[in-house]
Amino acid sequence: MAADQQTWRRPTAFYNRTVKWLFYIGSVLFVGLLLSRTGVSPGRFWQGILFGIDLVGQMVPPTATETQFNRMMEMLGESVAMSMLATVLGVLISIPFGFLAAENLVPKPVYYLNRSIIMVSRSLHSLIVAIIFVKAFGLGVVAGVLTLSFKTIGYWSKLFAEDLEDIDRGQMEAIEATGGSRLHTIVYGVVPQVIPRAIGLTVYRWDINIRQSTIIGIVGAGGIGTVILAAFDKYQYQYASTILLAIVAVVMVGEAISAITRRRVE
Amino acid sequence: MLRTDNLQKTYESGDEALKGVSLSIEGSEIVSMIGPSGAGKSTFIRCINRLVEPTGGEVYLDETELRALGKRDLRKARRDIGMIFQEFNLVERLTVMENVLSGRLGYVSTWRAFRRNFPSEDIQRAYEILERVGLEDMENKRADELSGGQRQRVGIARAVIQQPKILLVDEPTSSLDPETSHKVLDLLTTVAKEDDIPVLINIHEVELALDYADRIVGLSDGELVWEGGTDELDEHARDIIYRGGESREGTGSAIEEEEAAEDRQEIDRQVPGGG
Repeated sequence: MAADQQTWRRPTAFYNRTVKWLFYIGSVLFVGLLLSRTGVSPGRFWQGILFGIDLVGQMVPPTATETQFNRMMEMLGESVAMSMLATVLGVLISIPFGFLAAENLVPKPVYYLNRSIIMVSRSLHSLIVAIIFVKAFGLGVVAGVLTLSFKTIGYWSKLFAEDLEDIDRGQMEAIEATGGSRLHTIVYGVVPQVIPRAIGLTVYRWDINIRQSTIIGIVGAGGIGTVILAAFDKYQYQYASTILLAIVAVVMVGEAISAITRRRVE
Repeated sequence: MLRTDNLQKTYESGDEALKGVSLSIEGSEIVSMIGPSGAGKSTFIRCINRLVEPTGGEVYLDETELRALGKRDLRKARRDIGMIFQEFNLVERLTVMENVLSGRLGYVSTWRAFRRNFPSEDIQRAYEILERVGLEDMENKRADELSGGQRQRVGIARAVIQQPKILLVDEPTSSLDPETSHKVLDLLTTVAKEDDIPVLINIHEVELALDYADRIVGLSDGELVWEGGTDELDEHARDIIYRGGESREGTGSAIEEEEAAEDRQEIDRQVPGGG
């Protein structure tokens, strides 16, 4: 068969090819502008790398005196305890918010109100929330637990509400048809459909809360973060690296527990 | 006794699904409602227990007019109306026993329902009904472990345990194979006769309707166009119900039914709460 003279070019997602190339050139120029305005330069970067290598050198081998080690274990325990308390408290508060933020279960105004509350919880970073709670409740674990609980609401309620919106209406309808009330329908027709997801979300949030609990101590909200900040401030780099390793270990264990549990229930 | 008087439903889209349907069902008769897809059969059944809110006319269950009832009274009235669904609508993650007992939810408090604390006479009755529908020793199976035929048996048990004054049955066999369809309809009609419950059954397979009904009504384009005994449903009657009075020209009925099933799925997607 004779070769065909026709050619074909993949259609572009842009308005046309000129626009496409202008966009690419514009992007490169924009990143260049950002680099020059923020003072990020190869020289500055290289300087940082050298400091970094020096720092890592001072961090190995990780060591800690017995007092330091005991203090670290105590505060790690505090972090894990905070994460558990906050998960329980946060999920308990999240359950009603979740139901009230499911578009298919509540009237529109209720839905919008609860979505807004959830959005506030999601938009603030946990460090900012922690600063506020430390100002209100003073330094320590209480502020930490409240911070993580507050952050749990935004995460858990939102995802739970989305699961509620995906349920099979037929199962609800059947309960309604037997003469069940609104609450009967929720208890009998809705809850069984979302229980496994609720458990999965809780365990996953606990896993996130462990990680978060290691950092909010930096602003005084309890846990291991307080200790790690002190170690860096006092140039105890070898102690700091010990703490980092311990955090990694704890987070890994938490993640493993959460992964296994979720696989079993979902 | 169930009686509808000029029952109408116009959806918000302006779609007139029911244009004034008057029908009454008495004693323990089994009435099959047949008609082409989109005729309004599903809407009609759902307007009776107000899963779909009618926009005109009246529905009487014995002496009670259901459209006039407030929420609380409607729930009480629904306890007397059993419903069986096309897609079974069992709570999939609950056990067979819990699904059957859900037919008694109208009589227990939310707290008791939450703890699955049903009166012992309900539990007793649930065991008896499970035996009647051929699911003895299955009470602890989860609904999602069952086959289609078994699920619909649970659906029947859930409706019958309500001790209803009428059974509304919406396309009970559409999700089942032909042989299972016969078994399920056999069971359904036997149980209904034994318990003296009248049945209104939507069905698009005419042959099945003929096998099990005492009386046939034909719905076409939201209007009741034909009514009679099973032996009266001749070719002319079918023309009235399915082709607006025009005679058909030698198409195979099996093919038509298949097309009708496809059309129906289409309608289900368009009509809110259809199915």
